[in-house]
Amino acid sequence: MKPLLTLDRLAKRFAGHAAVDDVSLTVREGEVLCLLGPSGCGKSTLLRLIAGFETPDAGTVRLGDADITGLPPHRRPVNMMVQSYALFPHLSVAGNLAYGLKGLGLSRAGVAGRVATLLRLVKLDGFEARRPATLSGGQRQRVALARALAREPRLLLLDEPLGALDRALREETQGELRAIQRRLGTGFVVVTHDPAEAMALSDRVGVMDRGRLVQVGPAAELYERPASRFVAGLLGEANLIEGRLGADGRVETAFGSIRPGTVRAGPGPVVIMVRPERLRLGPARGTEGEGALTGTVVEATYLGERIRRLVRMADGTVLRVSTPLPEGRDGGGPGETVGLAFPSEAACVLPA
Amino acid sequence: MRSDPTPAGRLGRALVRGLPALWLVLFFLVPFAVVLKISLSTPATAQPPYRPLLDWGAGWEGWRAFVEALDLQNYAMLAGDALYRDAALTSLAYAGAATAILALVGTPMAWAMARATPRMQGLLVALVIVPFWTSFLIRVYAWIAILKPEGLLNMALLRLGLIGEPLAILDTPAGVLIGLTYAYLPFLVLPLYAVMARLDPALPEAAADLGASRARAFLTVTLPLSLPGLTAGMLLCFIPMVGEFIIPDLLGGSDTLMLGRVLWSEFFSNRDWPLASAVAVLMLVLIVGPVVLFRGVRERQDAAAR
Amino acid sequence: MSPLNRIALGLGLAFLYGPILVLVAYSFNASRLVTVWGGFSTRWYGVLLADDALIASALVSLKVASASAAVATVLGTLAALALDRHGRFAGRAAFTGLVLAPMVMPEVVTGLSLLLLFVGIGLERGLASIVIAHATFAAGFVAVVVGARLKGLDRALEEAAADLGAPSWRVFSTITLPLIAPSLAAGFLLAFTLSLDDLVIASFVSGPGATTLPMRLYSQVRLGVNPEINAASTLLVAGVTALVLAASWLTGRGDRTA
Repeated sequence: MKPLLTLDRLAKRFAGHAAVDDVSLTVREGEVLCLLGPSGCGKSTLLRLIAGFETPDAGTVRLGDADITGLPPHRRPVNMMVQSYALFPHLSVAGNLAYGLKGLGLSRAGVAGRVATLLRLVKLDGFEARRPATLSGGQRQRVALARALAREPRLLLLDEPLGALDRALREETQGELRAIQRRLGTGFVVVTHDPAEAMALSDRVGVMDRGRLVQVGPAAELYERPASRFVAGLLGEANLIEGRLGADGRVETAFGSIRPGTVRAGPGPVVIMVRPERLRLGPARGTEGEGALTGTVVEATYLGERIRRLVRMADGTVLRVSTPLPEGRDGGGPGETVGLAFPSEAACVLPA
Repeated sequence: MRSDPTPAGRLGRALVRGLPALWLVLFFLVPFAVVLKISLSTPATAQPPYRPLLDWGAGWEGWRAFVEALDLQNYAMLAGDALYRDAALTSLAYAGAATAILALVGTPMAWAMARATPRMQGLLVALVIVPFWTSFLIRVYAWIAILKPEGLLNMALLRLGLIGEPLAILDTPAGVLIGLTYAYLPFLVLPLYAVMARLDPALPEAAADLGASRARAFLTVTLPLSLPGLTAGMLLCFIPMVGEFIIPDLLGGSDTLMLGRVLWSEFFSNRDWPLASAVAVLMLVLIVGPVVLFRGVRERQDAAAR
Repeated sequence: MSPLNRIALGLGLAFLYGPILVLVAYSFNASRLVTVWGGFSTRWYGVLLADDALIASALVSLKVASASAAVATVLGTLAALALDRHGRFAGRAAFTGLVLAPMVMPEVVTGLSLLLLFVGIGLERGLASIVIAHATFAAGFVAVVVGARLKGLDRALEEAAADLGAPSWRVFSTITLPLIAPSLAAGFLLAFTLSLDDLVIASFVSGPGATTLPMRLYSQVRLGVNPEINAASTLLVAGVTALVLAASWLTGRGDRTA
């Protein structure tokens, strides 16, 4: 399938530092791609480059076959929804939605009909005459989304679309957003700093760090088989065990020799990443085998759906163990010695 | 807008800049050049009342004759006659004194405004502005009614038995100072207030927490931090005061001779346009000094803040 | 607010408003003398309304103020847009100085220099010359007022408009202009008031038949304190107060909608 959006070696510098550094990326038709990363990693700048609000220092932006790198924002078939929504305060909701429909050759009735359809899509029927100042945060977010979809763009850019909403509303809106996207089949590029949101919304996730695109792929791949410590830490809690990768494919650690499931580094010093929920608690064992470790519980925290334990190993390393309840209750309290085990396929070897 | 590199966009932007720039160059800068030229001319009983006049049709010869006829005799007159020297010094003295008084009087007022509740602040700013925009002439005129020997002030003081006979305030330096302070008060208070209102209230509180009395906190923390606003306000007052005409004319006596009045009388009474122009140039020179000084101080302040 | 602050504020406002209240009070004084209160009377307003010369000069002032304020608003708004939008363009410092300098220059200097220019280029002095002069020094004030509003304007709104397909001129006319309109009105009122109030510059650049109200009042004040002037002053004060309140209400409205 021909890609919808192709970014080829895009670069943008601001005052001496590279905000976007040699980024190449493709987005497929109808796909949701989330750009994830810490603040300052360049994800918003990348979005603005696609929308046309920044001109790249190098590289091209293609939509389908067309090179749109030189086009100003108002000529690109791409629309953007920003975190602050930027609703026009002096226009009504209908005025905001109709703004983008000027010059498309629609009759007045046609415009009114389209506005009504958009409002129905975001479940704000009858809100035509309202002013943005009188709307709640969630309502404003939906008007902003509808406005960005008014011109039926092939690609929609969303910069932290749920960032301004409170937690409860956010999860509900995530589902609605996904539903709308599936209905329309529009490609979405979503910028977010929240890994849970990225995983919930997207078909693929792209992680950015200091202007570079570090890893792109489905959420599962990034979570279970990250390319680096940075990506591992970004998507969730990660235990990192230092070791040495030998030519035989096994890793020598302080706890013995381990055969890993995924290898993302070459021979030499490495770390093994294991997610806290993959470590199983058991009675302490005298001898050590593959993936079997012994340590002392330092802390056990009750978190409602799971218990999180911090276990200190013989060499001082502290591992995080997450066990769902009710089984987690029998894992052992502070001061007790416990055994930990993990299947080798849960071990991911990353560059040190 | 940034992403609009079309030729029409560029032309539009050039026009937006160009129109006001052209107007101001034509009606603000060029006149100064004209003033300079006329200050080098001699008065004549003719229309217009100065010589030489550039003969536009005479080509290069015309220009040469023109330039040769210019001289510095007006400036010689200014330098030689004590009248003008005294007027210059008087102007600077009054402007300086009034600015200092304004700083003393305006600072507590600006501070009081900055400490008011946000809603009150809007109202206070409006209250300070309203007299500012009512007729300047009229307000000065009102002071005449108050300050003259039979005026309200003397009446009140006499009635209360505080004085035996009327004070002569009108037609004295005191009258001029009162007038200047009154007229320019908003020019000092508003910029200073703007800076003070944005000051982080946590700073004087921290000073108090560390043992400073309210006065000390004000003098050692608030005031130094408000200095940019104070210096801006003082400059905003000082510069126009040097050339002030109405106040010395109405409230000062015949012996408060300031440059504004000198220029006016040279122009309207003596019809000596070249000399009046020379006085104008003198005024500009007197102003440039403080402005340059101010910018130097500001740059040092900015560098220190970095 | 501490009592000390309250006193400072009270004294300051009393100082500012005292003379004005005196004028207003005496405009209703039946007696001609300031020293004697002759009872409440509106006779000076009657004298005022019969003074044709004064009324004529008031009309001149209104005409000049309207025209010069309009020009000043256009110039000042363009200058404010350039300073806010065009980034670091060549000659920016000079441009800024050019716009702001007329605001602080002593009026005698501005008046003289403009008159000399007009004489030099042979411009007939009258209403037009005063309008040009007033527009020149008021433009800076408008630029400051509009500039402050532009600074607070959310750029994201204009970007959103461009994103939705509007070219620059349409963004300006449908989004920027409506949102800064209150400050344009405030700037206009400011320039209008400045023009109405000016004596010095008008004296230099006006011509026969173009006597403004302050010029007329000044010539009368020189002859002595005249109760008719009290009435004129009170009306002027009332009119200007209304204008200023309108201006601050308008700018307040502007802040609330965005």
